[in-house]
Amino acid sequence: MSTGPAHGTASGAVAAPAGPALPGPEAHVLVGNADLFVNWSRKSSLWYLLFATACCGIELMQAGASRYDLDRFGAVFRATPRQADLMLVAGTITHKMAERVKRLYDQMPEPKYVISMGSCANTGGPFYKDSYCVVKGVDLIIPVDVYIPGCPPRPEALIDGIMKLQKLIMRKKNFGDKA
Amino acid sequence: MKEPGNPVEAQSIFEILKGKFGDAAVDLQAEGFSPAFVVVAPASVKEIARFLRDDPALSFDSLMCLSGVDYKDRFAVAYHLYSMANRHAIGMKAFLPREAPSLPTVDDVWPAANFQEREAFDLFGIVFEGSKDLRRILLPEDWEGHPLRKEYKYPEFYHGIKV
Amino acid sequence: MTIRPEALPTQEMTINMGPQHPSTHGVLRVILTTDGEVVTRAVPDVGYLHRALEKIGERVSYAQFMPFTDRLDYLASMNCNCAWAWTVEKLAKIEVPERAEYLRVIVCELNRISSHLIAFGSFTADMGAFTPFLYAIREREKVNDLFEMLCGNRLTYNYARIGGVSADAPPGFLEKTREFLDYFEPKIDEYNELISYNKIFVNRLANVAVVSAADAVAYGLTGPNLRGSGVAFDLRKDEPYSVYPKLDFKVCVGTGERGTLGDCFDRYMVRINEMRESVKILRQALERIPDGPVLAKVPRVFKPPVGEVYFRAENPRGETGIYLVSDGTVNPYRLKIRTGSFVTMNLFETVTKGLMIADIVAVIGSFDIILPEIDR
Repeated sequence: MSTGPAHGTASGAVAAPAGPALPGPEAHVLVGNADLFVNWSRKSSLWYLLFATACCGIELMQAGASRYDLDRFGAVFRATPRQADLMLVAGTITHKMAERVKRLYDQMPEPKYVISMGSCANTGGPFYKDSYCVVKGVDLIIPVDVYIPGCPPRPEALIDGIMKLQKLIMRKKNFGDKA
Repeated sequence: MKEPGNPVEAQSIFEILKGKFGDAAVDLQAEGFSPAFVVVAPASVKEIARFLRDDPALSFDSLMCLSGVDYKDRFAVAYHLYSMANRHAIGMKAFLPREAPSLPTVDDVWPAANFQEREAFDLFGIVFEGSKDLRRILLPEDWEGHPLRKEYKYPEFYHGIKV
Repeated sequence: MTIRPEALPTQEMTINMGPQHPSTHGVLRVILTTDGEVVTRAVPDVGYLHRALEKIGERVSYAQFMPFTDRLDYLASMNCNCAWAWTVEKLAKIEVPERAEYLRVIVCELNRISSHLIAFGSFTADMGAFTPFLYAIREREKVNDLFEMLCGNRLTYNYARIGGVSADAPPGFLEKTREFLDYFEPKIDEYNELISYNKIFVNRLANVAVVSAADAVAYGLTGPNLRGSGVAFDLRKDEPYSVYPKLDFKVCVGTGERGTLGDCFDRYMVRINEMRESVKILRQALERIPDGPVLAKVPRVFKPPVGEVYFRAENPRGETGIYLVSDGTVNPYRLKIRTGSFVTMNLFETVTKGLMIADIVAVIGSFDIILPEIDR
């Protein structure tokens, strides 16, 4: 489908706004490969923010350490949100902490992804029914891409969640008209 | 096993306190209470605490636990004391009325009390007079109400997020 | 030309060591007022993980509260589970079968080892040495395997029950535990060779945040923090519970071997030595464990007698005391959990005056605090 300016416009037609010439059909191969390249490099170096609130944080640490090594996926932990592109919300979020979660999310540069790890981050977890100060799911505060259930989820489940996020990233279109 | 010093029975501690402070030592709750509780008048909590710590036979140098309790008709502050030297434990309790509960602080007797008093203030609303720092500790600064009271109603929203 | 320091006007800064920080062992916020690099005031701000466990305790039954005690100190879940079980058994005067008590002691000491491993690993990682963390996690994964064999989960176990434990040790568990102990004991010496006496590590910890014995008792320090200041008090020896009177072990006390008695290095070495003592306790418990049932008969709808009880257990981070008020119904009336980390934070502001910002990290790590214990 060509999106180039109409060739040979008849008189009386509304002129298209002037701008750079858009690529023709032969450029889609180039754009498609550029997408593939960009997405592949993004998914292979997902640097995650060390944001461990509670028990899931220990499973996160253990997943990043000796036996289940997250580093082989290119995922290293960063302490500051400015250098991270993945926020693994691991642990219970309380109302006192909620504002800081939003602030940390806003401080991350685009493109950014959020994985909600564990029951507490998904829906409030075991504290859903009777606790007055637990936010019932981190998706009430920030948008979430992948949910990992478990209390706490095994490191294998966390790795599975990260791989699902990688599939999600590969499907994304960055260039071209459908971006 | 360490050799215990000279542990003193709860009944004797109560007798000693009654002898020294008279009516301030109100009652002894022993049956069904482990450790036994010496019920004291709220206003004299600080003097009795200082005596319990400094008296050589008792020497309660360690405050194990300080907690607020909401019995439905009144509040109470329960202190659990322990003596490292003599290896005995006692409880001290002060009953407070439901409206405006307050009593003197013990954080100059046992500095371990400070955070626990702040917690009792935060969750029950019990005011500790003379405390060097009495602010909310566990809940956000602008939280309304004292959650561990029995009649507490959970709020609907907090800063726009559903509670 | 030299510039006299007093000629330069300086101003104090207020810096936030915020809830999200790699070295604060959780969501702890410290508000630092510093004069350059030297801290003049460090005020801890806690409550970012307050999940209302005590209020939940009033709304669920005694047996239903057991999984919540897991989340109280997730690195020592077994210890917290067993502390809750012992408290309720003390209140209701329930007789626990001996095999269950031995199993409880075995899992508590294994959990003490794995908790001290994380304390050791993350402390050295905070100090800048990342390798010991990976070694510690390697050992901890083996303990996780043992626990998974026993009760199915790697982190929050929910193993103890009121009246015993939930499941007997499967065949092979005791042998695998022995194998783990034989594997693990030389590793402690390996850690000492690797990092403990490293010159930089010792220099960062010696003479930092010295806590005297009298201060430690007055401020309510318990557990390894108290013993690091020279006070030889261990609940397992001095106020024993369960089958600890039958087991023989040493109480590890700080000795001031590098620096002053009661500094960060002493507290760190107490934890390393306690791992050794836990191995000793485990070997004895594995020898002596009898056969028999693992759960006493407790009624389905459990209503303990009216009364109030306070029970203290020796957890890896201090003393966990549970004050339980019961009014005879199925739910507890009031449940107060006194944890080692919460009371230790009392001391934080006093002990950090005049330290450098990097020492604050050392202090937090050497006290081995964990946020759910503080915030409950």
